[in-house]
Amino acid sequence: MAAEGGHGAQTSGEYIQHHLQNLQVCKDETGEWVWNTCAGNPMTINVDSMFWSVLLGFFFILLFWRVAKKSSVGKPSKTQAAVEIIVEFVNSSVKDTFHGTSRLIAPLGLTIFVWVFLMNLMDLVPVDWIPSLAATAGIPYMKVVPSTDVNITFGMSIAVFFLIIFYTIKNKGITGFVGELTMHPIAPPTKGWGVIAAPFIIAFNFILESVALIAKPVSLSLRLFGNMFAGELIFILIATMFSGGLLLGAGGGLLHIGWAIFHVLIITLQAFIFMMLTIVYLSLASEKH
Amino acid sequence: MDINLTLIGQSIAMVLFVWFCMKLIWPPILAALEERQKQIEEGLAAADKGQESLVKAAAEADDIVAEARKQATSILDQAHSRANEIVADGKADGVKERERQLSAAKAEIEQEANRAREELRGQVSAIAIASAEKILNREIDGKAHDDILGKLAQEL
Repeated sequence: MAAEGGHGAQTSGEYIQHHLQNLQVCKDETGEWVWNTCAGNPMTINVDSMFWSVLLGFFFILLFWRVAKKSSVGKPSKTQAAVEIIVEFVNSSVKDTFHGTSRLIAPLGLTIFVWVFLMNLMDLVPVDWIPSLAATAGIPYMKVVPSTDVNITFGMSIAVFFLIIFYTIKNKGITGFVGELTMHPIAPPTKGWGVIAAPFIIAFNFILESVALIAKPVSLSLRLFGNMFAGELIFILIATMFSGGLLLGAGGGLLHIGWAIFHVLIITLQAFIFMMLTIVYLSLASEKH
Repeated sequence: MDINLTLIGQSIAMVLFVWFCMKLIWPPILAALEERQKQIEEGLAAADKGQESLVKAAAEADDIVAEARKQATSILDQAHSRANEIVADGKADGVKERERQLSAAKAEIEQEANRAREELRGQVSAIAIASAEKILNREIDGKAHDDILGKLAQEL
């Protein structure tokens, strides 16, 4: 089953491998920046992921900025109405969950929601279109869905992680933050002979709570990455059917349509979950118990 | 699928986008939304107030109409009673006038009758005297019996 992927005849295994390979640039041992020989090198940039992610980010920023600059109270244009629906939706989600005042959380939620949605939306572009175009332009690899790159999802969730820590310290102080890590869930004894056990209990609490804290960004990013990666992989698998004759190709087309329709739900839902969990984590960080 | 520099790049991109959104996108859009909400709220309140004042005005108009109707009725009543009064006055005047004229006519008739009677009386007494003169011319002096004849004429 040979499939078209930009390099002439391939096996379907190669085709899939090729589709899962990022366009990379890295600094090798000699200090030179080299292309696509970066396996295992941490000084690597996934150029395609970065490019699409930033491009979509700019698309979001420019679209919303244009509306924001021209936003009128009286008679909104259709674009403004659409943008306002999204803003209203994010705002009500934030207000339902976050009971403090913060100028950051709502715009953060909006950025996450729209940006992640746009990155996920790239999944609905048929898997060969952009890579084929890139191949004719001489670019060997092109992964167009940034959220199928674990670096992208982790990059976002780590920013959220630092915000969680920042908000915890801001609202509860350093002592509150340390206390949250060490005094729960078992309160260490402060009187009598039990004091001897206190260091062990604190250590136990610390292990438990730091795992819980670190699990937040890890689960946040892996949830999005896993969903999008699996979805993308299924699209690629379906795409391998297109070269398998008329009958298989037609079946693949039907499957593709079905999966794409289902995927519309997933990409929206994942964007929403990422935003919602960010808000929830930050509201937990700001609430006093 | 290795963790690499992309992660940091994405974090930086995210911070920049979020910062931009916080500074330049969110505030104006939300301000417009809230402003519109306020306007709609005010518009609805104004509509309610308008409705209320309409109801009040309608009630007031009803009151005024009812009052006017009452006044009209009372004016009509007054006019009726005045008309009746005038008619009654007229009737009474007529009766009085009739009676006055009647009594005047009666008095005139009586006067006329008296005058005629007087005349008749004179004439009868003259005739009686004349006839008595003619009868007595031969026997009795008329002048001697004038007082008797006068008395007779008086009794007629």
